[in-house]
Amino acid sequence: MSGSVNTQLGAAAPGGGALLARPKGAGRGRRSSRSQTIARYLILIFILGYLIVPLFASLEFATRGDFDKTTKTFGRSLASFAAIFTYPNLIDSIVASLQIAALTVFGMLLLLVPTMVWTIVRVPRMRRVVEFLCLLPLAIPAIVIVVGVGPIYRWIGQNLGAVGASPLTLALIDIILVLPYSYRALDSSLRGIDTGTLSDASRSLGAGWPRTILQVIVPNIRGGILSASVLAIALVLGEFTISSLLSFNTVQVVIFLLGHRDAYVAVAVSLTALFFAFALLFAIARFAPGAASRAQRVVEEPAA
Amino acid sequence: MTVSTVGVPAPSELPAAGPAFGGAGSSRFKRAGNYVALIPFHAYVGLFLLFPTLVVAIGAFTTNKGQLTLDNIGAVFATKAFIDSFAVSIQLAVVTALIGAILGALLSWAVVRGNPNGALRQLVVAACGVLAQFGGVMLTFAFLAFVGYEGMLTLFIRDNITHTRMDMSWVYSLTGLIMLYAYFQIPLMLIVFLPSLDGLRQEWYDASASLGGGAWSFWRHVGGPILAPSFLGALLLLFTNAFSAYATAQALISQGCGLVTQQIACQIQSEVMIGRENVGKALALGMIIIVATVMLLYAYIQRRASRWVK
Repeated sequence: MSGSVNTQLGAAAPGGGALLARPKGAGRGRRSSRSQTIARYLILIFILGYLIVPLFASLEFATRGDFDKTTKTFGRSLASFAAIFTYPNLIDSIVASLQIAALTVFGMLLLLVPTMVWTIVRVPRMRRVVEFLCLLPLAIPAIVIVVGVGPIYRWIGQNLGAVGASPLTLALIDIILVLPYSYRALDSSLRGIDTGTLSDASRSLGAGWPRTILQVIVPNIRGGILSASVLAIALVLGEFTISSLLSFNTVQVVIFLLGHRDAYVAVAVSLTALFFAFALLFAIARFAPGAASRAQRVVEEPAA
Repeated sequence: MTVSTVGVPAPSELPAAGPAFGGAGSSRFKRAGNYVALIPFHAYVGLFLLFPTLVVAIGAFTTNKGQLTLDNIGAVFATKAFIDSFAVSIQLAVVTALIGAILGALLSWAVVRGNPNGALRQLVVAACGVLAQFGGVMLTFAFLAFVGYEGMLTLFIRDNITHTRMDMSWVYSLTGLIMLYAYFQIPLMLIVFLPSLDGLRQEWYDASASLGGGAWSFWRHVGGPILAPSFLGALLLLFTNAFSAYATAQALISQGCGLVTQQIACQIQSEVMIGRENVGKALALGMIIIVATVMLLYAYIQRRASRWVK
């Protein structure tokens, strides 16, 4: 069962697959022909180069200092990075986005974990329905949700006072947006353990459902919960469409506006944010619980 | 795995009950009770996903006073700007899905060949995760820092090669968008496709090799056909990803209404035009129809893909 986690997750996980499916086992020596090795390096250099060059250009752009007319080069300065802290709007939006991310993760776990455990243990025939609903946001573009969600937000804004006007209400939609990714992450974890037996055992020892889920199931799917949460956080921090059209100042909206005012600071912020997101994902791929415990087949291709 | 526990009452409610107790004997009432626990989830998804979709679908066919009408749909087909926006969006999505799928598949292959626990693979996967899902606005700025009017490449060419200001307006056109979209399409392809490549079994390589097959015949007769459904599925996913994207294009061409997503945003922001309030909903419905069709196809292909790659 656990061997299939990798491919099941990846096969149907739009955007979530390889992030969650960790590479396994130690690498063994391999044969491959010289032409294959050359092809491999060419691909790596060109495609990775294409992807990396703008990031390098960002670094060059954001560290530009004064222009020297004689040598036609820029001096180097970290002023744009330091200027990030002089935009209180930006700092506020980062705080707001982090709060939205926290609420979204909390809400997503509260909504998904009990429901998914329950469908596995009690009503397996509903599993398909829950899966379908969780994947449905992939078929409904975010901009369409914005159009349709207007009445709800108008009602919230008019009837809930200060709470209704807060950008934190964005968490309500963000929970929907993260469903496909979080569902896949949690599902692969739950498939890897015998949820039914675990909860039967827990219940027969006298634990209620809240305790069974919190103290028996949750500790067993830590990896899945972590992946689901990281994906949710990344998605919320990167979300632009909905917050922009509902006129909430989340971090992406403020970076977008900053781009028109001070391109250098905007690029400096972008680069910093991309780097932090990268460091977070890399650390999790490397050190997350269970990362080393699974075994991966090393496949050797026939030489050409 | 868990099918055997269907309908088994919770042991704590039945003294001395083993897992085999009850089975089909549980009451209708209790079985209905099992569904009650799913209400919060369904209510939430209903309110924040199905209801908005319904608002769009109904709004597309009604006037702002709630009367049935086909005018909104008619307006979409009658207005050249709307039809063009669909055409441009579809064109952009098709081209970038193809570029992303092909280059992304090649990159996946190059990464899979390496050490599965090596730093290279983990670096690439993490980087692709960021680019594919986190990018949008920030990616656009990085792109402009590279080839924008003041970008690194632009200035380099100006100062060292042509010595005149170059025309970089192509960056802000469809060509620029295609190049820019590749920055999240290629990484998305890697993330979706890598696990399928991992699923190719050593036995298949060995079997092919023992029959005298080289790399070409392996890919032609074994690897290719096995991966074809995964590849096609990923291609469709990339299409919907590009078709639905808004942030990237908006950051590049902020005043534009060129893509259908931008066109919808323009409609939302200028809902003052009398009698046209629901045209945006008709456009949105058009998007749903296109994306939903592609996703249905995706689901079908995915089911075929999972047949071999287990």
